[in-house]
Amino acid sequence: MTWNRDPQNLIVCGIGGQGNILLSRMIGRILTGKGYRVNIGETFGAAQRGGSVYSSMRVSKTRDFGPLVPEGRAHLILSLEPLETLRMLQFYGNPEILTVTNIQPIYPVGVLSKRVEYPNLDKLIQAIRELSADTWVLNATQIAMDLSAPIVANIILLGALAASEALPISVEEVEEEIRASFPGSKVDLNLKALRAGFQWASRD
Amino acid sequence: MPTIDEYKPGASHFLMGNEAISRGALEAGVHFASAYPGTPSSEIIQRLSGAAKSLNLYAEWSTNEKVAAEGAAAAAFAGLRSLVAMKNAGLSVALDYLTHLAYTGLGDGEGAMVTAVCDDPDAHSSGDETDSRWLAKFACTPLVEPTTVQEAKDLVKWAFALSEEFKCNVMFRGYTRLCHASSTVEMGTLERIEKKAVSDNKCSVTPYLAKPNHAAVLEKLEQIRERFEASPFNVYQGPEELELLILCGGSGWLCAMEALEALDLTQKVGILRLGTLWPFPNRVVRERMETVKQVLVLEEVDPFIEMHLKELLADAHMEEKVVHGKGSKHIPAYGEIAPDRVIQALSGIFGLDYPGKGKDYQKAVSDASDELLVSRGLTWCAGCPHRASFWALGRAVKADGRNAYVTGDIGCYTLDVFPEGKGQMNLLHAMGSGCGLAAGFGQLGKFGYDQPVIAICGDSTFFHGTIPALVNAVYNRSNMIQIILDNSATAMTGFQAHPGTGFNAMGDPTTKVDVEALCRSIGCEVTVSDPFDIKGTVKAMRDLLHRDEGVRVLILRRACEIVRMKTEKNKLFNIAILEDKCKGEECGVCSSAFRCPALYQDSETGKTRLKEEMCSGCGVCTDICPFQAITREETAS
Repeated sequence: MTWNRDPQNLIVCGIGGQGNILLSRMIGRILTGKGYRVNIGETFGAAQRGGSVYSSMRVSKTRDFGPLVPEGRAHLILSLEPLETLRMLQFYGNPEILTVTNIQPIYPVGVLSKRVEYPNLDKLIQAIRELSADTWVLNATQIAMDLSAPIVANIILLGALAASEALPISVEEVEEEIRASFPGSKVDLNLKALRAGFQWASRD
Repeated sequence: MPTIDEYKPGASHFLMGNEAISRGALEAGVHFASAYPGTPSSEIIQRLSGAAKSLNLYAEWSTNEKVAAEGAAAAAFAGLRSLVAMKNAGLSVALDYLTHLAYTGLGDGEGAMVTAVCDDPDAHSSGDETDSRWLAKFACTPLVEPTTVQEAKDLVKWAFALSEEFKCNVMFRGYTRLCHASSTVEMGTLERIEKKAVSDNKCSVTPYLAKPNHAAVLEKLEQIRERFEASPFNVYQGPEELELLILCGGSGWLCAMEALEALDLTQKVGILRLGTLWPFPNRVVRERMETVKQVLVLEEVDPFIEMHLKELLADAHMEEKVVHGKGSKHIPAYGEIAPDRVIQALSGIFGLDYPGKGKDYQKAVSDASDELLVSRGLTWCAGCPHRASFWALGRAVKADGRNAYVTGDIGCYTLDVFPEGKGQMNLLHAMGSGCGLAAGFGQLGKFGYDQPVIAICGDSTFFHGTIPALVNAVYNRSNMIQIILDNSATAMTGFQAHPGTGFNAMGDPTTKVDVEALCRSIGCEVTVSDPFDIKGTVKAMRDLLHRDEGVRVLILRRACEIVRMKTEKNKLFNIAILEDKCKGEECGVCSSAFRCPALYQDSETGKTRLKEEMCSGCGVCTDICPFQAITREETAS
């Protein structure tokens, strides 16, 4: 899938604390720097305490679009948690959507209290595949753990996105953004994470 | 990363709505900024306080919104430019002052004041989705509202100019999809006006000649209405001959554009967006209404524009015009305006069939969601002291056995009443009301009320609204316990400093207000406990319950885990689970009852397992486990 729609509509999702807001802001800054009009809608506050958090993102060459993607009109879902991927497909999915999802589940607190049961992971992934035109499933959490830093799973996902050509963003541009926006001590780790995600997606 | 004061004029940057509001205030030369944090408004003062040192301005976290508004007004009376920010609920707190301020205006100097109120349509992070626009009208205060993030910056600047010209406070209304939206914004020039602050001590400024003051304010509002009629923020876009007009404010505009394109209606429908809402720009709206037979009104949340439109149409004898909106039920009178709501309304009016996701896809996604999707409730972080505090409270109340009644307050601990909380707070309304309610229940003994009463508030909430209620309780000899969950931060809104933290908004050290000494000085009996000491805390609670007389305060002191990690950067303990001792699911105390997100039941082994990447190492689970199956070992650091 390549950059051919205006506006291009993205959903970036996960749960509070996974850094998906940071992810959407980075994408926003890179594309703004390249002359695109970018609009993002997000909700946080109470939602950050273990709840579902997502950013709704519009990218255009011509004008400002509202921060909310209309239902069924996302072109890409970038997700840090598979249950959240399905939750977003429910609202924004359509037969042409590309889905890039982390496979590592984070259990809702309701699973602990036995109010709810986490779905069978194989079934969940299968449903995501069936509801998407193309699906990339990666274990960003594991790749991040291999770098001894579970926190960088979001940047690994960004590396995969940079390889996908779903957005006009190159891995070099993300590297530049990491150098510009992260504190010096965190730059190397995040560059490593970015490359790990990029390599995963560039595999044969 | 550059801060908002470092962006060069003419450059475009990616800013959050609240950052754009802050930048607009800097471009207007703001000197003084104050707020009490509240979602979705908090980042406004956060960003201004970040720029305070380099631009020599003053920014503060005030103890509540009324005090914040008074501080901002003082700066304006001294000839400076000031901004006060708050969320919708905060406006109710500040309103007593702001209504009186409207009757006097800002004096004869060159001062200016803008009140930024950020509403939360859909109540994403609020107890209600009240619409502040009515309160601008109620308080005789001019009201503006932007439609985009760019316009937010520009309109704040315009509002300052209006305030200075008319010597009155101007209300700027934000909303979640603006404040917490991010967008490309073109920067203007920063204005720095060096001024000596001075106030006139030869006159008395007061609303207490109310009638003539009210008359004068109304006259001033008419002059402002004239200014609004010519405002560049009221814009028509669309064909000159149209079948329908969309009249909108706020997020209605971008949603309308989206819907018209989706339904291919741009040749038939025009959009008049209003940036100046009160006094209502009658002429702008009337002239456009003369060209069209029907109108759809889009706004959040109440029918504010819609009712003023209807009033205008009645006055102008234009009753034949058809008004679609909340009154006609084309748009629900609750929740936010989303593109799909507008698409649906327009589809209904024009009799169009909007394909949406397509029927087959809709069915497939509904089936998958029904089978596989589960809700994700909100919960306290791993290592949060509140989980331990509520655990202890449950034990103490149960042991006491007299159906203790618990009143709550607003903060992270509010999660107790959410589906995944412990459901121990029985009554919960507004900031500081936990104590006021408890003080009332504590007076009902003579009517046979025999349940102990416990109020719960956080440390920031204590300073915001609890203190007057606590004084009331002591003074009137109520029978109650006030628990203060002191986690050293305004955690829910982003860990802002407050009077108990010893730091101010600009990061400077300051007097640390001693909650314990303050409570003692007004006559409360005070006990302090560490919530991670479960046994000690339960005992302290039981002792206080047992005494059953007067106002007793229990401070549960333990820093918010996120705040602690920021400074200490280490785990307190390494946690291990002894599988031979763990009873797993048949026990379930640590997981299904205590509900720490770092513990779960392994379906294969039937035992509790630790999620290492989630665990903060607080070690409370060691004391929770009835079988000593969880051990903790102090970490090396």
